[in-house]
Amino acid sequence: MSQAPTREVARRVFAREFNDASHTFKESDDERAPVYLLLPTGERANRVFLVGTLTEKEDVGEDDEYWRGRIVDPTGTFFVYAGQYQPDAASTLRDLEPPAYVSVVGKPRTYETDDGGINVSVRPESITAVDATTRDRWVVEAATRTLERVAAVDDEGNEYARMARDEYDLPVADYRETALAALEGLDETDELGGDIPPAEP
Amino acid sequence: MPPHENNTEAIETMTDLQTHAEDIVAQFSDHLDLAADDVEERLDNLVNEYQVPVDEARRSVVNSYLDEAGLERDALGGGDNASVRLAEIEQDEQWLDVTAKVVELWETRSDSVAQVGLLGDESGTTKFVAFETSDLPALEENAVYRLENLVTDEYQGNFSVKLNRTTTITEVDETVEVGDDAETVEGALVDIQSGSGLIKRCPEADCTRVLQNGRCSEHGDVEGEFDLRIKGVLDDGEAVHEVIFDRESTEALTGTTIEAAKQMAMDALDTTVVIDEMRGGVLGRYYRVSGPQFGRYVLVDEFERLSDSVDAEAALIEARSI
Repeated sequence: MSQAPTREVARRVFAREFNDASHTFKESDDERAPVYLLLPTGERANRVFLVGTLTEKEDVGEDDEYWRGRIVDPTGTFFVYAGQYQPDAASTLRDLEPPAYVSVVGKPRTYETDDGGINVSVRPESITAVDATTRDRWVVEAATRTLERVAAVDDEGNEYARMARDEYDLPVADYRETALAALEGLDETDELGGDIPPAEP
Repeated sequence: MPPHENNTEAIETMTDLQTHAEDIVAQFSDHLDLAADDVEERLDNLVNEYQVPVDEARRSVVNSYLDEAGLERDALGGGDNASVRLAEIEQDEQWLDVTAKVVELWETRSDSVAQVGLLGDESGTTKFVAFETSDLPALEENAVYRLENLVTDEYQGNFSVKLNRTTTITEVDETVEVGDDAETVEGALVDIQSGSGLIKRCPEADCTRVLQNGRCSEHGDVEGEFDLRIKGVLDDGEAVHEVIFDRESTEALTGTTIEAAKQMAMDALDTTVVIDEMRGGVLGRYYRVSGPQFGRYVLVDEFERLSDSVDAEAALIEARSI
């Protein structure tokens, strides 16, 4: 039975783990087959959903507009690039005034740097301004998903965890620590308390 | 309506009689060895010679067979009709008997349809249709009926039941707790699909297809009627769920009424401004929606934006246990 290709799930991953990833792969020879970024905790990501604070934006394009945004989560910074082929995301970046909480749906992209390293960034499908409660909900969700992945790395038949062991030499337990630290950070903000997030426009 | 009005009617009556005859044979299958032809002949005699209404004719024929078999009416089961619960129907053209509550009556969009709505039983709900030609008594909302001789229908993987001329309708004094077969899904709204926003639908009776460039795939160029909807994707990081917000829920979701949307489109001379405007207000936020699953889509009956502050301490305790 022929079936429409299923939509790829948007993974929840903190910046620290996302930026540690470098290996990409396809699961079929088809030219248009989805490209996956291998997450160090043993999952494939063709799409990610993240919420963080846009701290800087800059038009780094030469002829055409090409916006770079730095989006910060409790563990690190995501780099987001949007140009003429992402007109909605590019115009959102153009209009937003940092600092601002933003949600981003996008595809992982890797490129090799001059010194041979691999940098990972996000090519956004959409960027929208959101409020602090959406950000907090994402932190909890990203932490939960990360902890679940870490808990499953030694499961039999977890092929992406096996692939991650083969491709990376990264201490997976650290991602558990960063996820818990992210939640502790939220808890502390809670205790400082009383900062009611501004209503959304 | 007398059944001999014209030829079409006569042919329909004949097929109906055949169906009735087969039903009766099935009803008595445990007791008498009847030939469908004989039964049909007796029905035909009453209906076409003596102008007896079909239901009455059927009753009379059944009674005579009951006498013959020495049975009380109660001894007959529902023939070989299946007793399948409404939300569990998974076969086309299956004959059914059900006890069900009329959960909703909808506006009919076609002159040939007498009634359309939702029937419910413990398992959930399913759509029903009664046609004008079947000449059935009208069902009342919230009443409970014993409905015998319904037939199932399938359209794009979704099942409904049709009442027909042979359907018997008996109001019963029972309460039916209608089951909840709604799906509840939650996640971040990660995408809004094409065909969202201010759209036009085909105005032909019972069509309602969404027009592409002013054309209906069935009826060609038509003067469309405006509607508002959002086809969205909710993603929880593990699975994606496609959902459709209808006009009412789109208005509640976005705060934009259809009137305001039309005005926006008129000012911009372009309907796509509406969805562009809506995107920024709803994408990238968390929602929980519930409603019936229809093919790939959950049709949103109720939704809530997940905007409560998270309980970080509880999340931390739970996280440490993973």
